[in-house]
Amino acid sequence: MRDRLLLGLALLLAIALPWLAEAAGSPATVSLATRMAIYAIAAASLNLVLGYGGLVSFGHAAYFGLGGYAVGILYAHWRSEELLLGLIPGSIGLLPTLGAAMLLGGASAAVLGALSLRTRGVQFIMITLAFAQMLFFLFVSLKAYGGDDGLSIRRRGEFPGLDLRAPAQLYWLCLGLLVGWLLLLWRVTRSRFGQVLAGARQSERRMAALGVSVYPYRLVAFVISGMGTALAGGLMANALRFVSPDMMHWAKSGELMIMVILGGLGTLLGPVLGAIALVGLENWLSAWTEHWQFILGPILLAVVLFGRGGLMALLRRVLPA
Amino acid sequence: MIERRKLLGSAAALAAAPLLARPALAQGAALKIGMITSLSGPGAYLGQDIRDGFALAMEVDSGKLGGTPVQLLVEDDALKPGQGKQIAERFMKNEKVRLLTGIVFSNVLGAAVPDVLDAGGIYVSPNASPSNMAGKECHPNFWSVAWQNDSLHEAAGQAARNLGYKKVFVLAPNYQAGKDAITGFKRKYALPVAGEIYTRLDQTDYAAEMAQIRAAQPDAIYQFHPGGLGIAFLKQYVQAGLSQSIPMVLSSPSMDYNTMMAVGEAAVGITVTAHWNSDFDNAANRGFLAAFQAKYNRMPTYYAEQGYDTALAIGAALRGTKGQVDDTEAFRKAMMPAKFESPRGRFAFGPNQHPVCDWFMLKVQKNGDGKLALVTQPGKVLENYGDAHSAQCKF
Amino acid sequence: MALLLEQLLNGVQLGVMLFLLAAGLTLVFGIMGVINLAHGSLYMVGAFASAFVAAQTGSFLLALLAGLAAAALCGMAVEYVVLRRLYARDHLDQVLATFGLILFFNQGMVLLFGRQPLFVDIPPLLQGAVEIIPGVPYPAYRIAIIGVGLLVGLGLWFLLQKTRVGMLVRAGATHRDMVRALGVDVRLLYTLVFGLGALLAGLAGLMAGPIFSVQVGMGEQILIQTFVVIVIGGLGSVRGAVAGALLVGLVDTLLRAFLPATLRSVMQGADADALASGLASMGIYVLMALVLLVRPRGLFPAHA
Repeated sequence: MRDRLLLGLALLLAIALPWLAEAAGSPATVSLATRMAIYAIAAASLNLVLGYGGLVSFGHAAYFGLGGYAVGILYAHWRSEELLLGLIPGSIGLLPTLGAAMLLGGASAAVLGALSLRTRGVQFIMITLAFAQMLFFLFVSLKAYGGDDGLSIRRRGEFPGLDLRAPAQLYWLCLGLLVGWLLLLWRVTRSRFGQVLAGARQSERRMAALGVSVYPYRLVAFVISGMGTALAGGLMANALRFVSPDMMHWAKSGELMIMVILGGLGTLLGPVLGAIALVGLENWLSAWTEHWQFILGPILLAVVLFGRGGLMALLRRVLPA
Repeated sequence: MIERRKLLGSAAALAAAPLLARPALAQGAALKIGMITSLSGPGAYLGQDIRDGFALAMEVDSGKLGGTPVQLLVEDDALKPGQGKQIAERFMKNEKVRLLTGIVFSNVLGAAVPDVLDAGGIYVSPNASPSNMAGKECHPNFWSVAWQNDSLHEAAGQAARNLGYKKVFVLAPNYQAGKDAITGFKRKYALPVAGEIYTRLDQTDYAAEMAQIRAAQPDAIYQFHPGGLGIAFLKQYVQAGLSQSIPMVLSSPSMDYNTMMAVGEAAVGITVTAHWNSDFDNAANRGFLAAFQAKYNRMPTYYAEQGYDTALAIGAALRGTKGQVDDTEAFRKAMMPAKFESPRGRFAFGPNQHPVCDWFMLKVQKNGDGKLALVTQPGKVLENYGDAHSAQCKF
Repeated sequence: MALLLEQLLNGVQLGVMLFLLAAGLTLVFGIMGVINLAHGSLYMVGAFASAFVAAQTGSFLLALLAGLAAAALCGMAVEYVVLRRLYARDHLDQVLATFGLILFFNQGMVLLFGRQPLFVDIPPLLQGAVEIIPGVPYPAYRIAIIGVGLLVGLGLWFLLQKTRVGMLVRAGATHRDMVRALGVDVRLLYTLVFGLGALLAGLAGLMAGPIFSVQVGMGEQILIQTFVVIVIGGLGSVRGAVAGALLVGLVDTLLRAFLPATLRSVMQGADADALASGLASMGIYVLMALVLLVRPRGLFPAHA
């Protein structure tokens, strides 16, 4: 009961944030919070395979980037009025572009996941990384879409009644999608599907003994995760009004993993806390000193060494269930 | 006065509630200039030199630019486009900065600058100047004090042509700037090249390329590999014994003072084209060089000169507007005549607000006391040169 | 023909360079089961320390010793302070912790040595070129790299298979408690093995100094390729690291050398070049994916 109350309070605060920021004379906080919400969607999606499924994907930046590029490429074709591959017209509608991002993310996760899931353990980590690297280099050399310099998107997605040029509206959109996505993940992890996934993490052999083949379950989880990450990527493209292969860099995959671990593996809200903490730390430390990495590194270390279970576990210690 | 973010940020970060960092208190009536630059990662010395060159110009003018007291806010974008954009937003909204500068890399510029311009801010680039900003997407509040990207390579192409090389082999990494480099080179070289190779951005070993160059037996090679890539390429070129038989022409990003020192004596004899060099014989340059060395105890690279020029150009504009930046049209009028003494000599803004200047040929030589130096050769490679994109620019 | 031979030699040489880095990484993984992303940082430490000492003293021997010592000491310190607490944890914690170490080391190097790349010269003995293939001068230094790589490979094989220490190390990897029961200090043993891995990383770094660029972040540039090598070879297997390194070196070099010309014979120049370099960039990752799909544990899995 108390937990729900606190959660509701946090959500209210999150909704009121644009007004609070304005009152505090710090309007840029809104776009910072937008970034946090977007990364939270990506981290929560990664958490489905990483935390619940026990599958360490070191290549989720690929889906993040693909989502971003789906939005960017559709914008580029909308602007040039040329059909993509001679078939698909460009668009700046919010629904079609984000839908395309999720579709692309899901489809590529299905293909890459189907191949990657044949391996285990460290090999799985590395094969997901390998696929992400291939996509990274592909987009670096794609001159038509800006290559390494990236692709500018001058117009944010359009949706009747929404004006995403207003930072607060974009923020509420991202916040709303985050909440919706978390609810969906909550349902997924509590369903039979989620139980099989968790069971497979604990013991694949036991699941086999029960007559359950875990491969399709893992693949579906991977696809859902890819879709969510791509949605986040599409939102990021809207927020930055820019996409570049930087979104697919392996360090970005690492950052997403860090958010999940920092927040708390296999918990619903852990990735959200992790995203807030990492984006916030980067932001404030780099404003404080140019040698911010010298401080961020040891903080991450300390979290691993002493904060087992991440921020979520820490929170639980303060507020026992 | 130079106000590091260190002082501002620490108080703000500690005092304010975590989600709501308060804006720093304005220090007197100083005009705030926001600098977003790369201070970590492999490209960090570029950002460092730009920052130091800019700060030097402020110090020489005792904390002012063009008579206006200014306060420089510096933040590290870590070569991440998202981070650069976030900083720009914080500068503009929280700190009410209207004038920004500092970005080193085109991809960070692509993410951060459109927002600055759309919000009515002014951006003066000390380095990255991609072709779209000089042509189709030019903007009355976007200024480049460095060069247009293509000019760097066009100068090298012209130099290769002037030197009479008939068969030049070209190499660059397979990314946008690399492809632009080769296009720019070919535009002025205007002869068929003996061969072209696109290398990788994460490549460290160039043995395979060396063998291909040897097999092609060109008159000369032109390669564009900025920073660490170029250092590795040059070392391996020399070790493969190619430097004795095949001369090399470079544009400045592949050979600045720091790269030259990292490559060592192997660099002797290489031709580089540039818009500025430490041995330019003019009063502004002598003053810049002496002040830079006195303050930082190291040699400036051309990035430092660009940072310095950027500060001088802004200073000239501020003198014209009496320190006002809110009226961007007035700022534009004051900026356009470029009334400052640049260490590079002649400097003017073209119609697209990118530099028009002279390009020179330098050679890496050993000077009297056995130290390596970039030595300017007589004559100019390109005179009063702007860029090829200006015609497409309509404000 | 000479060109093909030369490119093959180039491939082998790149492979050996990768092996030097992969050997330490695979040793540490095979024995302690730790994924150490900071291996590249130790490579950087070795390169910086030796470049710094060479510039200060002008002595290549001192530079060599400094590079090895700095990397090994740093490695043992990292093991003592951080990694020994992570042996029992899962790979995720190790990845996060060693990622933190990368940030720390990179910025630490900036604080110590500044942001500009450092100069490293080739030892006078190894300057110049040798004509192994008639008509093709080959840099002596690169031949030296091949030699050092061979020595390291043989040395590791000897250490692990033929000495008492090697026996303990191998036993410690699989039967930790048994070794402890025999009265061996496993913790000390692990610290020493990690130090050896770090020493090898430092060796790779100081060997790389004269041909690559000694700068902050140099470790990450080559780290991912090193992981590709050990995953292809089979994690934890020194023999696999040799095979993986040579395979990656050859595939990478030959693709870069011959793919553009091949493609240009079937399609237009500019498109061919762009496609070729794109494919060459992806080459080793495609190779890794293929190997893993056919043999999910790599070519020579340890403890098979």
